[in-house]
Amino acid sequence: MRDLTDLVRTAASEIDAAADLSALDAIRVAYLGKKGELTLRLKALSQLPAEERPAAGQEINVAKQELQGRINARRQALDSLALESKLAADAVDVTLPGRGASIGGRHPVSRAMVRIEKIFRNAGFGIRSGPEIEDDFHNFTALNFPEDHPARALHDTFFFPGGNLLRTHTSPVQIRSMVKEGVPIRIIAPGRVYRCDSDQTHTPMFHQVEGLVVDRGVSLANLKAVLHQFVESFFERDAELRFRASYFPFTEPSAEVDILWGEGKWLEILGCGMVHPNVLEAAGIDSEEFTGYAFGMGVERLAMLRYGVSDLRTFFENDLRFLRQFR
Amino acid sequence: MKIAESWLREWVNPDLDTTSLGDRLTMAGHEVDGIEQEGSGLEGVVIAEVLEVDRHPNADRLSVCKVSDGSDDILEIVCGAPNVVKGMKTPLATPGVTLPNGLKLRKSKIRGVVSNGMLCSAIELGLGEESDGIISLASDAPVGQAITDYLNLPDAVIDLDLTPNRGDCFSILGIARDVSALTGASLKDDSVPPVPASIEDTHPVQIDLPEGCPNFAGRVIRNIDPMAKSPLWMAERLRRSGLRPIHPVVDITNYIMLEYGQPLHAYDLQLVTGPIRPRMSAKGEKVTLLDEKEIELDDKTLVISDDSGAIGLAGIMGGLSTAVSQRTSDVFFEAAFWPQEFIAGRARSYGLHTDASLRFERGVDPHGQARAVERATSLLLEISGGDAGPLVLQTAQEFIPSRETIVLRRSRLEKLLGVKIDDETVTDILQRLGLSVATTDEGWSVRAPSFRFDIAIEVDLIEEIARIYGYDAIPETTAVAETPLEVVTESQIEFEQVAAALVARDYQEVISYSFVDAESNTALSGVESELVLSNPISSEMSVMRATLWPGMLRAAAANASRQQDRIRLFEFGKSFHGALGDHTEVVRIAGLAIGSALPEQWGAKAQSVDFFDIKADVSALLCLAADDFSIDFVAAEHPALQPGQTANIVRGDVLVGTVGKLHPRHAKAFDIKRDVFLFELDATVALESAAPTASPVSRFPSIRRDIAVIVDDNISSHELVSTVASVAPDLISTVRIFDIYKGPGIEAGRKSVALGLILQETSRTLTDDDADATMTAAVRKLEQKFAAELRD
Repeated sequence: MRDLTDLVRTAASEIDAAADLSALDAIRVAYLGKKGELTLRLKALSQLPAEERPAAGQEINVAKQELQGRINARRQALDSLALESKLAADAVDVTLPGRGASIGGRHPVSRAMVRIEKIFRNAGFGIRSGPEIEDDFHNFTALNFPEDHPARALHDTFFFPGGNLLRTHTSPVQIRSMVKEGVPIRIIAPGRVYRCDSDQTHTPMFHQVEGLVVDRGVSLANLKAVLHQFVESFFERDAELRFRASYFPFTEPSAEVDILWGEGKWLEILGCGMVHPNVLEAAGIDSEEFTGYAFGMGVERLAMLRYGVSDLRTFFENDLRFLRQFR
Repeated sequence: MKIAESWLREWVNPDLDTTSLGDRLTMAGHEVDGIEQEGSGLEGVVIAEVLEVDRHPNADRLSVCKVSDGSDDILEIVCGAPNVVKGMKTPLATPGVTLPNGLKLRKSKIRGVVSNGMLCSAIELGLGEESDGIISLASDAPVGQAITDYLNLPDAVIDLDLTPNRGDCFSILGIARDVSALTGASLKDDSVPPVPASIEDTHPVQIDLPEGCPNFAGRVIRNIDPMAKSPLWMAERLRRSGLRPIHPVVDITNYIMLEYGQPLHAYDLQLVTGPIRPRMSAKGEKVTLLDEKEIELDDKTLVISDDSGAIGLAGIMGGLSTAVSQRTSDVFFEAAFWPQEFIAGRARSYGLHTDASLRFERGVDPHGQARAVERATSLLLEISGGDAGPLVLQTAQEFIPSRETIVLRRSRLEKLLGVKIDDETVTDILQRLGLSVATTDEGWSVRAPSFRFDIAIEVDLIEEIARIYGYDAIPETTAVAETPLEVVTESQIEFEQVAAALVARDYQEVISYSFVDAESNTALSGVESELVLSNPISSEMSVMRATLWPGMLRAAAANASRQQDRIRLFEFGKSFHGALGDHTEVVRIAGLAIGSALPEQWGAKAQSVDFFDIKADVSALLCLAADDFSIDFVAAEHPALQPGQTANIVRGDVLVGTVGKLHPRHAKAFDIKRDVFLFELDATVALESAAPTASPVSRFPSIRRDIAVIVDDNISSHELVSTVASVAPDLISTVRIFDIYKGPGIEAGRKSVALGLILQETSRTLTDDDADATMTAAVRKLEQKFAAELRD
């Protein structure tokens, strides 16, 4: 009979060499199975003299444990090898594009509009809207444009037969909101406006955001502050502004606001002023008790500056190659 | 308005360079649109005198002139101008000089005769666009002097964008006044010494309507030299102001209008028959104006008439019948004050816009008429000679606008501007503006001068103070205000959320015009719009859209023509319905899809977008606002869409939108060669929502059971699903169609529909018996209602 140590050595090398789980199992059966070599040796112990049995039994058990341990270790090693090769087979080219739809995008004018709304919403402004087909009263008369006043001619107005018109600015929403809600009021009114003008720097339709704050003690100094903060928020940088005197029938004093852009160039970005007492009175508000400011900004203008668009008309050509840059 | 800096500086000369002066004007409300340097590049051109003129030996049309340029040499110069005469003073460019048009002068031989330079026309010097020969300078022009010195060149022409409230600024004097107020520089005396009459002739002026003509200055001047020409200095000032010299009499009226802001008119007195009579027009009356166009008048226009009828539109344009010409020897000057309310809007109603109407509409100084006629007289006598009759002034004082006293409160000033300006500064500003000022306990008592039409109430004064004080000097003060929180509603899904959903589903937002062409609007909406613009940009943009589809289809077609084969667009905007005066505006969301359902890719089969792709997109939007069960897609017809692939979207009883495939006829009209799928929703009703109400989630397991039934092809899946669901509404939580089969094994005209049901009880565990009973009931119902056969 083979020496036990020799048997263990042989078995151990067989285990380590087992190429797969079935080979390993065959080895286990050969040594540790019901008719395995070690099992048989344990059975043969009874033929030994009684005093020798414990030592010999002990020896065989040690050998058995050692082999079992080796088999377990080998099985684990083979398991993980099998997993690794399965995973390797599952590998994909991660640089291939993902499956399914891509993503669309907002129009740059909407993108700018959303920005403007957010900024003012954060400052406690409510958002209002009004009709686009307006009447003369709300678009002009209530805003202190006298009948036949040359200031009306500055608004190239689209008319309908009978005197209705497409609103030339979002300012009619001032009147409608003040009449409906009274004061104090703190709102912006974004929307489409229309002027009968179409060339390189004008489109017959464009977007404005109107602002209106009426309360006790509202001053031009407040207006300057809010617009400066708005511009710096919109452009996300420090901005130098100049407020220069101007004229709008519905505000007094009135100003146009320029931003210093590029190398020493002033670009007009919005108009504003203190609400004219006639406008407050037209909305049934005591102009002695309440004062207010109003402003109006062209969204396209702001979008052009913010996003580096050089031609206003591209906004309405709806060329996907242009629009996709703004998603 | 264009003003020459040299002319302005004759009136007020602040210590500012051109750019700074422009900046001050801009900041004070007179926006500088541009500054152009006129008459640059004339260095080396001098004033010369023509000493002798001889025929060119070899050319009939050329002359050979002997010319003095002030030096000792006499230059021989070949000249082609027909007007060259002995003794003439004219600009001379000698060899080495480069003219503004780029011509570099060299000593050259012209038809065999050496020419030592060139005598110059206005065109050659860049001083005009037309000429009838070389420039004839005044006889006292100093020979040898640089032409730039003589003509005040180069000169900056400042183009001002004036606001309509400042009628007083449409003149050199007006701008000079504001510059003086802004800078403190002194203003030239604006009074004009009267010109004494040398004859007694007057012409009758009969004013029947004094409220329409409160001040009228007239003067007869006889025996002027019809051949006289406007002097170069005047022609130059007119030219730099953007006006063309025409005739000395006309040029004088223009010159004075530019300088004082008072439009004048001059009549050829011999062509006027009877008294000059301002009156209201009669309806249908006709007059031919100076621009040679005949207009028919309404009955609301102030006209000037004589015995022959209307001879001009007051404050707008004179008539042709009495116009001054090269034959005119007797002139009648008219300077009137036509009140704004009689002029405003009149010119426009005749499609006219003149320098005179511009000023009268905005307000002309009611006291400036006599001064203007005096100045015109003195200039005319100087240029054309003649004998002046006396100035005749007719004034209806009661109709001259009066300037009321305005109270300016210190407290109001500070309250509105948000800054305290000290009293002395305020007083000083008001005085510099020519207002008469008295101080009171609470502030000031102020009266505006006659030339200011924009100062009537307190806030007008506050604006003036802010303007001169400088907006820059007003601080920025953040207001501390109560800002009550607004209700944030869940009753309507916000656009932002819908936009985000559409963007996530691969749609690109577009913005198209709200006005479209009538034809496609009618074709796509089925309704002829009554909202038609009176003055559209073009017929392509003439009616208010009743649907957003025309604009989207136009955008899609344009993109398709630019090789975009997968196009998915959406737009938010209003559509317009009904009749004028009673129209409605509906906020809509519309979408369009063309091309493959997914972008071209390796991992998914290429498949064209179809009805169910766009339906899924619409359903996703609607599910933001409502649950699946409350939305029905109902087969429908629509003028824009292909029959059989059109559905109305209904929520409860309300039509909230439409989805379908564009009718191929329309696709062809828009030149789109592929299938187009469209949807449009009424945003207000489609996005109406409510805060969700939670219901408990069942703790018990659900049971899934599938059945397949064969039914007639025309049974809609909606009918099948709702019928099955109605069998046990509390038990059946979901019914889903997971397969539809037509073909071998199924009779023609029939289809097999596989339905998956999920059964769920909230209070107990369902048994198989429960499920079996429900399924049996469902099958029986389908059999009864649709003659369904259960498929094994």
